[in-house]
Amino acid sequence: MDTTATFWLPVPASTVAQDIDALWSFVFWISTFFFLLILGMMIVFAIRYRRRAGDVERLDKGPSHNNPLEAAWIIIPTLIVLVIFVWGFRGYMKMTVVPANSMEVKVTGQKWFWSFAYPEGASSVNDLVVPVDTPVKLLMSSQDVIHSFYVPAFRVKRDVLPNRYQVAWFEANQVGEFDLFCTEYCGTSHSDMIGKVRVLSKADYASWLEESTIGAEGMDPVELGRKLYTAKACMTCHSVDGNPGNGPTFKGVFGHQVEFADGSSLMADENYIRESILSPRAKIVAGFQPIMPTYQGLLKDAEIDALVAYIKSLGAESE
Amino acid sequence: MSNAATHTEPLRSNLAVPDQIDEKTGLPRENYIQDGGKGLKSWLLTMDHKRIAILYLITVVAAFFVGGIMALLIRLELFLPDEQFFNADQYNQLFTLHGAIMIFLFIIPSIPAILGNFVLPLQIGAKDVAFPKLNLASWYVYMLGAGITLISIFTSAADTGWTFYTPYSSSTSTSVIPMTMGVFVLGFSSIFTGLNFIVTVHKLRAPGLTWFKMPLMVWGLYATAIIQVLATPVLGITVLLLTLERAFGIGIFDPAMGGDPVLYQHFFWFYSHPAVYIMILPGMGIMSDLIATFSHRKIFGYKFVAFSSLAIALVSFLVWGHHMFTSGQSEIAVMIFSFLTFMVGIPSAIKVFNWTTTLYKGSISFAVPMLYALGFLFLFTIGGLTGIVIGALSLDIHLHDTYFIVAHFHYVMVGGTVMALIGGLYYWWPKIWGRMYSRTLGVFAFLLVFVGFNMTFFTQFILGARGMPRRYFTYVEQFQPLHAFSSSGAMVMGLGFLLVAINLWWAIKHGKPAGSNPWGALTLEWTECTSPPIPHNFKETPKIEYGAYEYDRVIPTMEKQG
Ligand code: HEC
Ligand SMILES: [Cu+2]
Ligand SMILES: [Cu+2]
Repeated sequence: MDTTATFWLPVPASTVAQDIDALWSFVFWISTFFFLLILGMMIVFAIRYRRRAGDVERLDKGPSHNNPLEAAWIIIPTLIVLVIFVWGFRGYMKMTVVPANSMEVKVTGQKWFWSFAYPEGASSVNDLVVPVDTPVKLLMSSQDVIHSFYVPAFRVKRDVLPNRYQVAWFEANQVGEFDLFCTEYCGTSHSDMIGKVRVLSKADYASWLEESTIGAEGMDPVELGRKLYTAKACMTCHSVDGNPGNGPTFKGVFGHQVEFADGSSLMADENYIRESILSPRAKIVAGFQPIMPTYQGLLKDAEIDALVAYIKSLGAESE
Repeated sequence: MSNAATHTEPLRSNLAVPDQIDEKTGLPRENYIQDGGKGLKSWLLTMDHKRIAILYLITVVAAFFVGGIMALLIRLELFLPDEQFFNADQYNQLFTLHGAIMIFLFIIPSIPAILGNFVLPLQIGAKDVAFPKLNLASWYVYMLGAGITLISIFTSAADTGWTFYTPYSSSTSTSVIPMTMGVFVLGFSSIFTGLNFIVTVHKLRAPGLTWFKMPLMVWGLYATAIIQVLATPVLGITVLLLTLERAFGIGIFDPAMGGDPVLYQHFFWFYSHPAVYIMILPGMGIMSDLIATFSHRKIFGYKFVAFSSLAIALVSFLVWGHHMFTSGQSEIAVMIFSFLTFMVGIPSAIKVFNWTTTLYKGSISFAVPMLYALGFLFLFTIGGLTGIVIGALSLDIHLHDTYFIVAHFHYVMVGGTVMALIGGLYYWWPKIWGRMYSRTLGVFAFLLVFVGFNMTFFTQFILGARGMPRRYFTYVEQFQPLHAFSSSGAMVMGLGFLLVAINLWWAIKHGKPAGSNPWGALTLEWTECTSPPIPHNFKETPKIEYGAYEYDRVIPTMEKQG
């Protein structure tokens, strides 16, 4: 079994990849053959029949049509593409029919990050963690516009829609880290809506689950907040260095007066930060679009506390 | 016609005899450029299909260079993985405008409205198109549509991609409405041209010019016109619905109100897939003319080439779902769409085989237009074969919305249509202006375009197969070398296009007088018209004595002026 990237294709790290890559090779070599055939004929004719002096004074003696030949180049390509069609369709069916014993992960796409909810109650952002050699069913939906879930190494792609569940599945057969991309254009940070799929051995996966469900209890809240800032994708919109991005910077927010789009203003305290995270549309900071997604259900209480503590620490630093 | 080897015996009265040639300019004294009236007004109010073609030439080429500069800016930004010259929003606006301008303002009108307008009546021995006023109206409607689109650019340019997918397009804060209304208006321009061509081909062919004696360029334009008339209204309705959705929130595509965003995609591609053939069929028409003329051969399998255009036009309406294989259509739907996609590929393959075989036993000249024809054959074959790759369902799942798709459609649209357009411009330029360009510069520019194009886009096949998604402002490190190579190619190609323009521009004033039939072609615009033609094309309606490519019966006279 081939498990490394080739010149054309990324590492085949899922069970369906083999079949798809085989079809790729088949089509590739057939195409190369026909391309070289056309090119070869073109070059040979161009040299052999290039115009020479006096040529234009004679009548065209070449054939003007040949029905058997026409039939041949209609029938042969048709047969070939029929093979490709059937092969491609069967591969597609394998990719769409979810095995019954799959583990189910709920995937949510929103501008501009992915969140994953696991059967055991754990959750993660932009970082899909799965056990190796286990079929994983993805039940996907979007909170806003259309996104598309794509893992090149698994040869898996499915649009993620706002109005219905979309289903995809894969079974990773290699331990490792693989790129996860959004492939349906979704606005400003479309190209930042990327993450990783971490395929762990079954034992590692079990201990990961344990860690993440217990939470990082006992960890310093500011430290945990700093981690969540990246892990929960706050960083795609908020900086901590004072530069505004899609959203205001966290630097120096806490304890300062915030102006809102409706003209009112307020001193940023713990409750305001908490409200901003859970119902971001309640108050819109002046000069920004109301694009922040709600984190209701995505963060546990302890995590919200940690984020508040972290933002608070950034406010103090700037004093 | 029993007597075989005759030279073309055009009605002599139709060609300029030596004393009708102006000694100073070397061109015929009477021609549409000088005798159609003087001053700007005479051009802006002209009803002459040839002058309308020139109006289109100026505006459509301008659109090409605007869209092209945007492409270069995009490639410049992508040279390195991180933010360089633009921010994310500007980049998104750039690729949207590049796509929208190239599709709606450049490539759809390009060949039909420029070259089709100029040569269609000439090739069928007509004095003009069937509805000259409608023809002029189509240009004004085009200008109006372009103007409305410009409003979007100067307010806050749309950032939706040229496909305007909902619900993004109905929720973004950029100005989408001017863009969709512009597209709506431009659609009418396209319909006017199509309607005009259909009626012209049916009604105005010179006596004796039966369907199978017509040049294949005319077949190509005819098949295109059918799609223009049948498919464009669907685009009109779609963008209108989208406009209403944005302006009044009617909710037809809005999930929050029970609408369906995927419905929009079906509407959109129901037009835009056939539109792909609006873009390529006329180019295929040019190809047939170029291959035949420059090998002095009867087109191999004329009827197969002609009917394959019609077959493409019909089947192209039934494959739109292949743009949406990842959107969750039913298995039956994807199966049918995949199957028909393979079937629509066959007629194109027929054409490629027939063109190649036409070269056999020919007398092949490597004039500049022929270089573009051979370039087309090379590039379009790659474009077509990669279409087979993504027609296969399981492969498309991996390749959909990656650079593989970007590369594929650029091979078809630029490697096909733009190569054909430039080949066609080089071919008919001496007819349009009466003067010849520099062959040396022409060959040099061709090499730049050809090499630059392959550098740019072949690289993108590799990027896409390796998983690089399209419409990305930044990208992961591992793709950097290929992106840099692709960007370098784009600069080479850009320089090539610039040199093409300079060469042609220079020829208008300074080129040597070309003569009425410099290529020894057998179609009417060469055998029966002066270069440039007189305002009404022919002094007398030409008599049709042989078909468009009957080099087996007629030896053409290479007619140089004077
Ligand atoms: C998609 C972009 C985006 C993401 C992701 C995002 N935010 Fe926001 N956020 C915004 C925007 C835009 C605003 C300002 C508009 C508003 O008030 O809703 C904002 C406002 C805030 C505010 C108020 C700031 C102020 O200056 O008053 C806080 C606090 C905040 N976000 C916290 C978070 C946290 C914590 C996360 C991660 C768990 C996060 N945001 C993720 C876009 C985002
Ligand atoms: Cu996206
Ligand atoms: Cu299509």
